[in-house]
Amino acid sequence: MSPKTLYDKIWDAHVAHAADDGTCLLYIDRHLVHEVTSPQAFEGLRMTGRTVRAPDKTIAVPDHNVPTTLDRANAATMTEDSRIQVDALDTNAKEFGLHYYPVTDVRQGVVHIVGPEQGWTLPGMTVVCGDSHTATHGAFGSLAHGIGTSEVEHVLATQTLIQKKSKNMKVEITGKLAPGVTAKDITMAVIGKTGTAGGTGYVIEYCGEAIRSLSMEGRMTVCNMAIEGGARAGLIAPDQTTFDYCMGRPHAPKGAAWEAALTYWKTLFSDDDAHFDKVLTMRAEDIAPLVTWGTSPEDVLAITDVVPDPASFTGGKVGAAQRSIDYMGLTVGQKLTDIEIDTVFIGSCTNGRIEDFRAAAAILKGKKIKDGLRAMVVPGSGLVRAQAEEEGIAQIFIDAGFEWRLAGCSMCLAMNPDQLAPGERCAATSNRNFEGRQGRGGRTHLVSPAMAAAAAITGRLTDVRDLM
Amino acid sequence: MEKFDTLSGIAAPMDLVNIDTDMIIPKQFLKTIKRSGLGVNLFDEMRYNLDGSEISDFVLNQPAYRDASILVAGDNFGCGSSREHAPWAIADFGIRCVISTSFADIFYSNCFKNGILPIVLPEDQRDALMKDSEKGANARIEIDLVAQTVTGSDGEIYHFEVDAFKKHCLLNGLDDIGLTMEKVGSIDAFEAAALSSRPWV
Repeated sequence: MSPKTLYDKIWDAHVAHAADDGTCLLYIDRHLVHEVTSPQAFEGLRMTGRTVRAPDKTIAVPDHNVPTTLDRANAATMTEDSRIQVDALDTNAKEFGLHYYPVTDVRQGVVHIVGPEQGWTLPGMTVVCGDSHTATHGAFGSLAHGIGTSEVEHVLATQTLIQKKSKNMKVEITGKLAPGVTAKDITMAVIGKTGTAGGTGYVIEYCGEAIRSLSMEGRMTVCNMAIEGGARAGLIAPDQTTFDYCMGRPHAPKGAAWEAALTYWKTLFSDDDAHFDKVLTMRAEDIAPLVTWGTSPEDVLAITDVVPDPASFTGGKVGAAQRSIDYMGLTVGQKLTDIEIDTVFIGSCTNGRIEDFRAAAAILKGKKIKDGLRAMVVPGSGLVRAQAEEEGIAQIFIDAGFEWRLAGCSMCLAMNPDQLAPGERCAATSNRNFEGRQGRGGRTHLVSPAMAAAAAITGRLTDVRDLM
Repeated sequence: MEKFDTLSGIAAPMDLVNIDTDMIIPKQFLKTIKRSGLGVNLFDEMRYNLDGSEISDFVLNQPAYRDASILVAGDNFGCGSSREHAPWAIADFGIRCVISTSFADIFYSNCFKNGILPIVLPEDQRDALMKDSEKGANARIEIDLVAQTVTGSDGEIYHFEVDAFKKHCLLNGLDDIGLTMEKVGSIDAFEAAALSSRPWV
């Protein structure tokens, strides 16, 4: 048998039908659903008299719209249109018999944090959701990617997706990360190298010593942003770290079923000599704490760098860089550490897990945020929130001057009231620095949780290594 | 779904790389539970001032391009969020075809579910069509999906590639779900086999 990549193995195990031209029906093991991209899909089912084929494999949770303030039980905290979407998800989940975590459930949170936390996401699975950051689940060695609403309806009705296979790309990060450098910096460094379209048409497998050394939380951060590099999905082969994370989770197999699953999961790796269509190798030692300066996730620089000159780019990027600098209100040659911020956001499916909060709290302990700064921590789930409270981390944030919020997507995409005003500048642990992403006219600098904490203390973009 | 076979129309130039789906349709318009009515908010933050008045130099606000049915755009069009509201807004505005050197994966798939043809061309050909579209309303571009060609206003013909299955669905306005339902036997068989080989799933 010819050697296979991890992606080849998962793909082959899920082809329910293959047409002569390579168009396949890929069977979907887990379908995650949230309130924003699903109402039209459920409406489509109703209009055609169809139903949900596998409600037991369909998990719904509201996250994008929900307020994260402590008074959110009060319906008035939500706008009318947001409430209609959340109500629609409530109704659809009940009517079609889905697994559901309503806003009032302590397990509610960002769909990509809830799935792994509850043991829905397991190695070797296919996982989809009407959300591009579904790539997160690839950290378990599951093939996971975002889909549009028409495809949400297709999966609801048939439990399959019409797909053609992508190409294989390997991203190897050798060596060990330096202190102050995190999983977020790895994934941003890769995008800085490949560009936002460098992964288009590929599924990326991340490997190498630096990836192996990451916790599951860190691996989820890396895979989460595979989509920002244009890849269909990111993958990391499961190992003991993965199995330890999954064991005992509510929906993970137990007893003999666990043993059987484990035997299978241990076959999920890329064979020696498996063919990759593209390979990128980076040294962990070469990665510094990073920030974005522009309005694309590929606009990545080391914190020690300066705002670049648009003339240093080529092709269409020259104009794009100038547009970014204008939008971001920066000056060519300005030191990145001289950029003052007025908002800090720690949270999102990229960095809203317990380890992220531990990293930020380690920097914040015993310190205060800069006067006048608005700083917010939004846990990825109610359970992350509870754990952070138990570990004393929540108190560190509160003592430092952060708002300690309830779980949701919050200011990552600013669909709820957590938004930037025009001209406001934010150090954010989320995943996109697009124009207007965190609010019209808002300016976003993507950073790791530790870097966000450092910026909160000084009120400007800061090299976290100076505070360690 | 609306069929797509040929299209002759005005092309609007958007010479900007990485046009993301947040630009195409900002988040505040995702709170709808319908697919229709989003055209008025297409490119909202580039198109309107905060007071709702039009930004006159934005391409789709210029008289020549108000009836554009084709977009010619910079690299990596449609990157970012998976929101299908982006193609819904594009189609609702009246644009049925986008031409670029590359598209983000999810957006590209979403187009075909909504009767929009995304066309990938090499950089020099896209650049030629960008120049062509800058001529305004008198320069019409023609698309023929059956022949897989784009014809510029000067008669120059460019061939493009498209997946045969996607082309078939677009030409005939076919509903994917209906097509897949015809293969329900294969899905049943797969599910039964998976139940014994991976019972924990």
